[in-house]
Amino acid sequence: MDFILIILASGVATGTVLLYATLGETFSERSGVLNLGVEGMMLVGAMTAYKISAATSNPWIGLLVAMLAAGAVSQVHAFISITLQADQVVSGLALNFLATGISLVLGEGLTSLRDVVPTLPSFTIPVLSQLPWLGKVFFQNQSVMVYIGYVFVPLAWYYINRTRPGMHLRAVGEYPAAADSLGIGVFSMRYFYVFVGGLMAGLAGATISLSISPGWFGALTTAGQGWIAVGLVIFAQWNPPRAAVGAYIFGALRRLVLDIQGPALLLGFANPFFYNPYYGFFLKMLPYAFTVAVLVIGSREANRKRIGTPAALGLPYIRGQRGL
Amino acid sequence: MTNVESTKSAAGFKLPFKINVEPRVEDPPRWYSPVLSIVAVIVALLIGALVIRLGGGDPWKAYAHIARYSFGSIGVLSDTLVKAIPLMLVGLACSLAFRMKLWNIGAEGQFFLGAFGASLIVLLPVLPENAPKWLFVIVMALSGMLFGALWGFIPGLLKAKFNVNEIISTLMMNYIAVEWNNYFIYAVWSEGGFQMSRMFQRNAWLPRLSDYAEEFPVLRGLTTHMGLLFAVVAAIILWLILTKSRWGYEIRLIGDNPRAAQYAGISISKNVVFVMLVSGALAGLAGMAEISGVVHRLQGAISPGYGYTGIIIAWLAKLNPLAVVLVSILFGALILAGREVQPTGIPTLIQGVIMVSLIASDYFLRNRITITRRVEA
Repeated sequence: MDFILIILASGVATGTVLLYATLGETFSERSGVLNLGVEGMMLVGAMTAYKISAATSNPWIGLLVAMLAAGAVSQVHAFISITLQADQVVSGLALNFLATGISLVLGEGLTSLRDVVPTLPSFTIPVLSQLPWLGKVFFQNQSVMVYIGYVFVPLAWYYINRTRPGMHLRAVGEYPAAADSLGIGVFSMRYFYVFVGGLMAGLAGATISLSISPGWFGALTTAGQGWIAVGLVIFAQWNPPRAAVGAYIFGALRRLVLDIQGPALLLGFANPFFYNPYYGFFLKMLPYAFTVAVLVIGSREANRKRIGTPAALGLPYIRGQRGL
Repeated sequence: MTNVESTKSAAGFKLPFKINVEPRVEDPPRWYSPVLSIVAVIVALLIGALVIRLGGGDPWKAYAHIARYSFGSIGVLSDTLVKAIPLMLVGLACSLAFRMKLWNIGAEGQFFLGAFGASLIVLLPVLPENAPKWLFVIVMALSGMLFGALWGFIPGLLKAKFNVNEIISTLMMNYIAVEWNNYFIYAVWSEGGFQMSRMFQRNAWLPRLSDYAEEFPVLRGLTTHMGLLFAVVAAIILWLILTKSRWGYEIRLIGDNPRAAQYAGISISKNVVFVMLVSGALAGLAGMAEISGVVHRLQGAISPGYGYTGIIIAWLAKLNPLAVVLVSILFGALILAGREVQPTGIPTLIQGVIMVSLIASDYFLRNRITITRRVEA
């Protein structure tokens, strides 16, 4: 039982990375801008956080600069897809290449800095950690970033669904022409929420390199988590609480894949992954295969309920043009 | 046509001139698009230089190095072509899918599976060890294409049946493909505990130019292999399909206007599956050519991201199969000579900047921009 609780607890920690990236992309897509550059922006965030933290010996400054750096990079996509009205898919892919390249060039030599870079603190929440099961999974010796994640989810939900700016955000993503006619600045809103997506992707990257698995390992630092986050947004139907569930499940799955090879006995049976470590390669496929499976479920559900996708997602807004 | 005034007059100051942006009504002249692309690449290289500078490198040294070690002599030119071969094939794979606005980002995974499929013939083994070379080449190419096509087929089917976003599914398939190959490299075909298979026997190698050095001494040491022929033939066939055939017309129509295609009775889901099959087969052939023509064994590091570079190549070539061949040679140079450039991320960075710059330049293709002197009212 302890084994399961440990996996769940570290799954929550790993899932926090996906959570931030998914929430950020949710904001961006709710405003109608698909940003496929999440993976690259996360890399920029992870690299910057690590580099600045090493230079200043203060991980919080690293975190802040990482967010701003990823936010700045996101504006390339904003400019190309919003102002220049280019295809958002292509522009997002381009941003991904660009951001990955930037992080690899500026991250040169950072790998060797292991163990000297200060990381973000972990601690136990006094009363809540005494809860049966839940306390151990959610509140015991977790990174500060994990706790911040818990606060973000309800806030994001409330902001999108219950506040005036949140309503404007949805309007811009659903029917920009109508929003425009009411005096809501479609272009500035979209720029802003792409920036928010960038900030959050930077936060996700910084969470990796300063807390969850400290260090800089080039493109392996994120290992496709940015893409998984883009997939999770679809599964979550652009809804923060669902995004949180998805992110934590995925986090647990990622941990399970790593940890299941440890014990020789698994639930009383001989553990095949312990005796033949090569099966680990198939285990490593699981999160990616699971992403595809989750997409199938998500799109089937979306088809049935006819909800979810912001209507103007992926379409550039051109003032005075007919249609959305 | 409305003139969009994009000067900052609202902010309280006035520029002495006015920039008018209006959508193009008629197509620009034929020379305009390629020239614009070249300008975009030049701008990208300048931006790249700036970033290299900021990263502490010497941009001119880096560029001079890339130029010298990719086009400097016949020998390195031949090596550049070797690098360009897989790029041509994956570039074609991407062009075909992108022409239908089907975002196959999975050429990398299809490349790996193609390499796997080709290796299977030698390592399983499917053919006896002393089978003739021509038979090996044909069977390996077919097997590589088959496995690549299979890897493309899965996301294609999911897209057609369940409307699963192909961008994510093809990308996820890339990661799965790498682990799939790793399993066989580490566990099944590992040679002496190393993470690679045994070297293929000579008759499973694609013929190289240097094989004919006996008759033509000029060819001594030239590594360009038969994959080049595959790529050029594939480019011509693909160009014919896209421009002259009914199927090509359907693909282009779906890409430009899916609703019109549907009204015309064209089955979109059937085409999605077909295009993913062919696209995957092309990328798989790239994997086969690389394995059989260059690496001669199955191992982990067989691709410095060919599949992803293929995306940029397709875009730079404006999805024209014949242009893909030329553009691939430039990127082959970048990858070949970029290997020794420090810091290591520079080729990726330059590719990224080129792509961003290209997409931005499309704005000038879609809009006419004129600058006129402001007339004071």
